[in-house]
Amino acid sequence: MSATVTHHYTSTGLDNRKIAIWAFIGSECMLFISLISTYLIYKGRSVVGPLPHEKWTDPSTGHTFAPILNIPVTSMSTFVLLMSSLFMVLALAAVQNKGRPLPANAGWWTRKLASSQLWLFMTALAGATFLGFQAYEFTSFVNEGLTIKTNLFGSSFFTLTGFHGAHVTAGVLWLLALLSIDARRGLGPSDALNVDICALYWHFVDVVWIAIFTLVYLIR
Amino acid sequence: MASTAIATPLAPTAYSGEQSGVWSWLTTVDHKRIGTLYLFTALFFFMWGGVEALIIRAQLGAPNQHLVSAEFYNQLFTMHGTTMIFLAIMPLSAAFFNYLIPLQIGARDVAFPRLNAFSYWVYLFGGIFITVPILFAVAPDGGWFGYAPLTTRAYSPGINIDFWVIGLQILGVSSLAAAFNFLTTIINLRAPGMSLMRMPMFTWMSFVVQFLLVLAFPVITIALVFLLFDRFFGTNFYNTVDAGADPLLWQHLFWIFGHPEVYILILPAFGLVSEVIPANSKKPLFGYPVMVYSGILIAVLGFGVWAHHMFAVGMGPIADTFFSLATMLIGIPTGVKIFNWIATMAQGHVRLNTPMLFAIALVALFTIGGISGVMHSSPPADLQQTDTYFIVAHFHYVLFGGSIMGIFAGIYHYFPKMTGRMLDEKLGKIHFWLYFVGMNITFFPMHFAGMLGMPRRIYTYDAGQGWESYNFYSSIGSYIIGVATLVFAWNFLKSRRSGAIAGPNPWGAATLEWTIPSPPPDYNFAKIPTVTSRYPLWEGKEADLESARFNAQEGKTAADFGIVMPYNTIKPMIVAFGLVLMFCGLLTSRVIIFLGAGIMIVSLFTWLLSPLEPEHH
Amino acid sequence: MEIHNSPDSAEAAAHVPDAHEDHAHPTWSTYWKVALILTAITVGEVWAYYIPSFVASRAFVPALLIMSAFKFVIVVMFYMHLKYDHKLFRALFTGPLLIAGTTLIALLFLFGHLTVFQH
Ligand SMILES: [Cu+2]
Repeated sequence: MSATVTHHYTSTGLDNRKIAIWAFIGSECMLFISLISTYLIYKGRSVVGPLPHEKWTDPSTGHTFAPILNIPVTSMSTFVLLMSSLFMVLALAAVQNKGRPLPANAGWWTRKLASSQLWLFMTALAGATFLGFQAYEFTSFVNEGLTIKTNLFGSSFFTLTGFHGAHVTAGVLWLLALLSIDARRGLGPSDALNVDICALYWHFVDVVWIAIFTLVYLIR
Repeated sequence: MASTAIATPLAPTAYSGEQSGVWSWLTTVDHKRIGTLYLFTALFFFMWGGVEALIIRAQLGAPNQHLVSAEFYNQLFTMHGTTMIFLAIMPLSAAFFNYLIPLQIGARDVAFPRLNAFSYWVYLFGGIFITVPILFAVAPDGGWFGYAPLTTRAYSPGINIDFWVIGLQILGVSSLAAAFNFLTTIINLRAPGMSLMRMPMFTWMSFVVQFLLVLAFPVITIALVFLLFDRFFGTNFYNTVDAGADPLLWQHLFWIFGHPEVYILILPAFGLVSEVIPANSKKPLFGYPVMVYSGILIAVLGFGVWAHHMFAVGMGPIADTFFSLATMLIGIPTGVKIFNWIATMAQGHVRLNTPMLFAIALVALFTIGGISGVMHSSPPADLQQTDTYFIVAHFHYVLFGGSIMGIFAGIYHYFPKMTGRMLDEKLGKIHFWLYFVGMNITFFPMHFAGMLGMPRRIYTYDAGQGWESYNFYSSIGSYIIGVATLVFAWNFLKSRRSGAIAGPNPWGAATLEWTIPSPPPDYNFAKIPTVTSRYPLWEGKEADLESARFNAQEGKTAADFGIVMPYNTIKPMIVAFGLVLMFCGLLTSRVIIFLGAGIMIVSLFTWLLSPLEPEHH
Repeated sequence: MEIHNSPDSAEAAAHVPDAHEDHAHPTWSTYWKVALILTAITVGEVWAYYIPSFVASRAFVPALLIMSAFKFVIVVMFYMHLKYDHKLFRALFTGPLLIAGTTLIALLFLFGHLTVFQH
């Protein structure tokens, strides 16, 4: 994809792909707002439990379900995803600065900062860890008795967070593709735009999670 | 440098591979050829949807008829609407986006040529997917708006709605991919000097439409995902009976998409007549900046009026008032456009050729549709009109009188550019007058039938309610439209072979697309033009005219000018095929899903890893 | 809609990405500070969640919304470098975001979740 970066004339001087990714991100705003709106519209309208923040007793069996959201676990996964954004900017900076001589007295940390492979790997790892947390969350919810079919909360919750998870998955695959190119032939400043586009997508997915974490998990 | 070379016979260039034969069409990434594919496919679907309309009108021509069953009637009106909106008008607009945008802004192609091919193939496969079921009487039958919960498994257990949900999802992919492409193209591939406020009006309106597509389609995507999940995985989004779902959720999401969709359907036609009217009035478009701003305003306001489709559900006085006022407000920029077209003609030397007749018809007929639209922007009036034939009359004046008339104005205007030959004027005028008379006989009486209380979507009706004569007229009119369409088809096919030679600028028009040969060479512009004016051929300075002279050279190849052309490639088509196959798997077996996904992912990777064009030297 | 009105070649050349990357680009010191703020706010948010009296107060929802909006904004400004980038990108993002936000608020109102506005 970067084998033939040919500098065609463009009216703004900007690269086509970067304009397209921003337009795509704008479009994704509408996608996620539709999901988030639905979640919020249906908030508090489930006729049976389990419920996100409240206890619920099944009138037919007398069984009481605890509030289902696990805030400590999700706070951890949120932190991991936030850190992945830090790793991502470091990966991009490393690619942009590739080939620039390091100062003679460069320490261990400065050398590490210059390693694009390290940071691409760390970003993908953090993304995968987030997905691991989500898999754990989903399975424990199912074990506790909440599936996508159970109630309005289950349907809208799993669909919203599942869509976000699918976006993270696509991002991890994208990062791994970049990582493999980096390992094969090394990514340099001429590839910076490709990494930048991936980074914009990645941060956007992060930003969506910032909204979801507050609107779904924290606000009762 | 090649300006001294003698014209060489048109041969495939060394770079771009074969330019004839079926394979060349399957692998093309040329925006003009893709535009041609869109045009032919969309005209086919236009006629297909027309035949569905004719069966509907035959059924309704007289009371108590049983030409088709009630169940099949539901499929007919659902597929008539779905076909005309998603498979005919939108892709007809896309044909012009493809063909014209790069030519009007002075570009050699769109920003992402292979993505462009992908959009077309997804459209074609998706169109086939959603159209074939009616041949087996299992077509979607929930209306083009597919209101849930009616369309959930509980009330629509058959496979019919599955085709609709999945089919629209597929077509959405095509529209979105194309929208990102054209958006980038217009922002970034304008020739030097082609500032935004020098862009031809068609490109401007297309620009606005791409924003609408980018922002409206994700919403219906999600609404459809919910419906898909409800139908296939047992979620509760529209499960009003057991789960307490809100029956209005679908309606809101659908119309947040649906109202901008109306502008997606009409603005390209507005753009086309904004090209036709100045060219045939020999006068620049009156109030160009106001036309631009009113287009933008229509689009922005278009996101704040969706609930005017839902006055009957009882949203309360605050919401009703807000949506009513916002809707009335849109009448202002729309009216501004009408007056600007009239003002352009008023002071010009009007040439009443076929494209101009269609363009004037748009101005007149859209005004009628617009006025009836303002009528039901008032909730009390709407409560009387909603779900009656009055609404059917309204939106056919807007969509047939507006979009279709504008698109035909565009076809007659640009056919010479696309083929190098003129469409026959005499047949064209017969076509026009039959359309104009036929559409008014068809749709005007519907206003009265609606006022007398005839509901939409009924399969037959009893005599003695005062509806007979109106329905009879409507049916007669529809067959006049049918005959006229055959006249057009004959004209189209005949003129491609033997029409008069057009030359580069048969209308004496002013914009860049008329500076190059007809049909344009694959590279479009031998030299990227320099633009100093909104109307380079009318008001251009020496630089404009110099570019125009250079680019008018006929019979050259890209190689003569050292222009690098992209490779032809089959990959976008295979990716599109994999995508559609994956969706088909939902209806058949999991194996098909994985097979489709596999094909899609593997071919997508080879696409991304292969270069678009040979490297520069 | 403020995209270039005169994309003449001189101006275009000034925006070639390579030439553009160098000036006013954030660096490691910006990145870690942003990460620190993000972490601190997240800790603050979760903390707030566990204070029953605060949860019950009127300030809870607005406070959480403000904190999360702040996180949102700094990621977009610094990590997505919108603060330093071409204004076209800002338009491409904020336009849709405004329409999306307005749609959300309108929907919540229509479904009776924003009782503030209803008598
Ligand atoms: Cu509407």
